[in-house]
Amino acid sequence: MAALELLSAEGFRPDGRRPAELRKLRARMGVFAQPDGSAYIEQGNTKALAVVYGPHEMRGPRSKALPDRALVNCQYSMATFSTGERKRRPHGDRKSSEMSLHLKQTFEAAILTELFPRSQIDIYVQILQADGGNYCACVNAATLAVIDAGIPLRDYVCASSAGLVEDAALADLSYLEEAAGGPQAALALLPTSGQMALLQLDSRLHEDRLGAVLEAAGGACRAVHAVLDRVVREHVRELTALLGD
Amino acid sequence: MAAVAMRLPVARKAVAPSGSRGDEKHLVAPGDTITTDTGYMRGHGTYVDEEKLIASVAGAVERVNKLVCVKALKTRYNGEVGDIVVGRITEVQQKRWKVETNSRLDSVLLLSSMNLPGGELRRRSAEDELAMRDYLQEGDLISAEVQSVFSDGAVSLHTRSLKYGKLGQGVLVQVSPSLVKRQKTHFHDLPCGASVILGNNGFIWIYPTTEQKDEEAGGFTTNLEPVPLSDREVISRLRNCIVALATQKLMLFDTSILYCYEASLSHQIKDILKPEVMEEIVLETRQRLLDLEG
Repeated sequence: MAALELLSAEGFRPDGRRPAELRKLRARMGVFAQPDGSAYIEQGNTKALAVVYGPHEMRGPRSKALPDRALVNCQYSMATFSTGERKRRPHGDRKSSEMSLHLKQTFEAAILTELFPRSQIDIYVQILQADGGNYCACVNAATLAVIDAGIPLRDYVCASSAGLVEDAALADLSYLEEAAGGPQAALALLPTSGQMALLQLDSRLHEDRLGAVLEAAGGACRAVHAVLDRVVREHVRELTALLGD
Repeated sequence: MAAVAMRLPVARKAVAPSGSRGDEKHLVAPGDTITTDTGYMRGHGTYVDEEKLIASVAGAVERVNKLVCVKALKTRYNGEVGDIVVGRITEVQQKRWKVETNSRLDSVLLLSSMNLPGGELRRRSAEDELAMRDYLQEGDLISAEVQSVFSDGAVSLHTRSLKYGKLGQGVLVQVSPSLVKRQKTHFHDLPCGASVILGNNGFIWIYPTTEQKDEEAGGFTTNLEPVPLSDREVISRLRNCIVALATQKLMLFDTSILYCYEASLSHQIKDILKPEVMEEIVLETRQRLLDLEG
């Protein structure tokens, strides 16, 4: 079998996108009543749910409480039916733990945690369908959930992945493109200030190419920001209209 | 075999903009610059970066003279002195109880800031400290008033009135604190035959109205006599009405609850929770409230 062509001679990707084009992004806020904040997001076929509880009193060992800021606790899990082959454990394996840690680092950079000393903020995200860019979908969903919970954020956190194929930088990789094994980067960006909350690079990438990949990922993050911002504004407008006076 | 009601998902209806009221609110999202003028003061929901005032939550901008705040649509409860709250005991400690009040830290109720059973006023002795779990134990619900707010946002409660104290038989509904309207009184005996406590923290307690007020309230003995079916039906109906009002984001206060209750009378209690019924009765309530305003 001939190797799959990730970028055709005409400059199209396997799913028909241009190199810098995103997959269709749809999102909703406030999907559950019980948690303080919740959101659902679809990026192409990748689907994720995020819920936020808090800030609330420390649960578990009191000694873990931080005297000057809130503790951010993240849990990443993948539904057993989310991948092609059924998963055994939804969370707690090495990959999920690493992902939880990355999410924690990302949101500690964005949430104004110093406003809530000695308390705890829980962020739970679950992938319902995995089709590449799981980390990015989770960050975007969690951002919406945190905003829904009314927790102060420096800025939106928008994430997108980018990879390199035949010297061309591709934005928002799908599972097919991720599985091809080329170099890829995941970037979480605070779009207004342009600060990076997290940058993760898998496999080796020549220094000269890093700029192009970062530029593609950054552009995709700003495009994600535009969509998320529209969702938030629509949600806020609807709720204020309902609350009326 | 009981009949099972099934429903298919329906598309959500978009909410139309609230008409041309004239006073269009200034809505912001996190990261939006509110003003670059340095003459303003930074309030809640904002932060300053490079001399710009930036919003940190999504909501409406509120200006009081030079103070700029952003009010989030939904947050945890922020205590204010004098608020009525309903809470649940989570922990019994030395001379104090910890109370879960939907706040960002658990509230405290000091042994010294409550009336002991019998209403006698005296110094709290070591015996009282040992008997704390007899008054209130983990899981008990109480109504109380906010005595003070600490610098980290935690709240100190007191129950120094016969109005407050342990709650007995009834139903608790939890809603967003922003949906409870601030009023002169939060204890209401509704004419439909039940009473409600609308906690400022979004905890709402519905209980049967009692005859002899002063003896029952504020005590620590709970009346465990069975509540008659008719009262339980009224309470369940009220509970479903409050849930309906909360899902449709209508402010909760005695009149809105009563109007919703009256609007729901043509439906069975369990049917109130169906989305189309909720929408119908809340719409009717909204209309009556608007008529009332004139």
